[in-house]
Amino acid sequence: MSGLSDAIRDEPSLPRSNGELVFDAPWQSRAFSVAVTLADSGLCAWEDFRARLIEEIGAWERDHGPEAEGWDYYACWLAALERLLTERGLVSAQELTAAECRIAHEQAHEHDHDHRHGHAHPH
Amino acid sequence: MAGAADDMALRMRAIESLLIERGLISEAAVDRIASAYEHDIGPLRGARVVARAWSDPQFKRRLLADGAAAMAELGVGGFVAEHVVVVENTPTLHNMVTCTLCSCYPWGVLGLPPAWYKSPEYRSRSVREPRAVLAEFGVELPPEVEVRVWDSSAEVRYLVLPMRPAGSEGMSEEQLAGLVTRDAMIGTGLPAAPAPAPASDRAGA
Repeated sequence: MSGLSDAIRDEPSLPRSNGELVFDAPWQSRAFSVAVTLADSGLCAWEDFRARLIEEIGAWERDHGPEAEGWDYYACWLAALERLLTERGLVSAQELTAAECRIAHEQAHEHDHDHRHGHAHPH
Repeated sequence: MAGAADDMALRMRAIESLLIERGLISEAAVDRIASAYEHDIGPLRGARVVARAWSDPQFKRRLLADGAAAMAELGVGGFVAEHVVVVENTPTLHNMVTCTLCSCYPWGVLGLPPAWYKSPEYRSRSVREPRAVLAEFGVELPPEVEVRVWDSSAEVRYLVLPMRPAGSEGMSEEQLAGLVTRDAMIGTGLPAAPAPAPASDRAGA
């Protein structure tokens, strides 16, 4: 029972404040918002996303059991989103890997760049 | 764990940037949704709906007959494909909402669901042993009260209309909204008890 009671304890007692933290990390907010945007724009029906989300959650629970540790709802969400997009042919797995590679390099470069600026080119 | 989270963050950036590059979505549209759900859309919307239903019997009738239409009167819009059905608690019936398959939730009225609502444990136990789950939330119901559990779907989301608390007679709609907790509208809680009003409130300041 620790999972549920811990989660309840972590909730503010009157959590209707709009300042409530709803995502654990910024990427979860993006994953949520991209899925909603796709549905809002009519590009993908919400039901098609939801069907895959149900499958991903079901698969996780079959592998781990319902009371298992390590539950990550947005991991299932992300997997469902990725499957929807690749199955629809909107993006391919190879393109995603290439984009990841590019973004990772850009991040590393930005970091280097900031670093050099900090030391060698003080403005 | 941090590694897995970093991987997912990177994968999500890749997905978003590809979709934007292809003109399938715009970054502004995603930003708008993210900001609305993070800042603007929260359970206060649902609380206003409940407070209106407590104050206005005609509105309550319309709300129970067609939740989406009645909420639209208050400017509360639903999410795409979301049809909100309002279920009323009575002295003999307590309603409780879950989504056994994923985490369907009346986003347009309550904002995003709390972590426990999405947990495998709540999703399975809410239907199997709702009274035990309610007790863990601190809701003890007399045995004669029937507990009805509503399993949400993509098409139909449920909002619980809790009973107006005793002692709230004469409170304004605004004050009543302050008693309505998010959990009361999921059915895992009850509205807050009204605090005795200070003299200045009674004077209508």
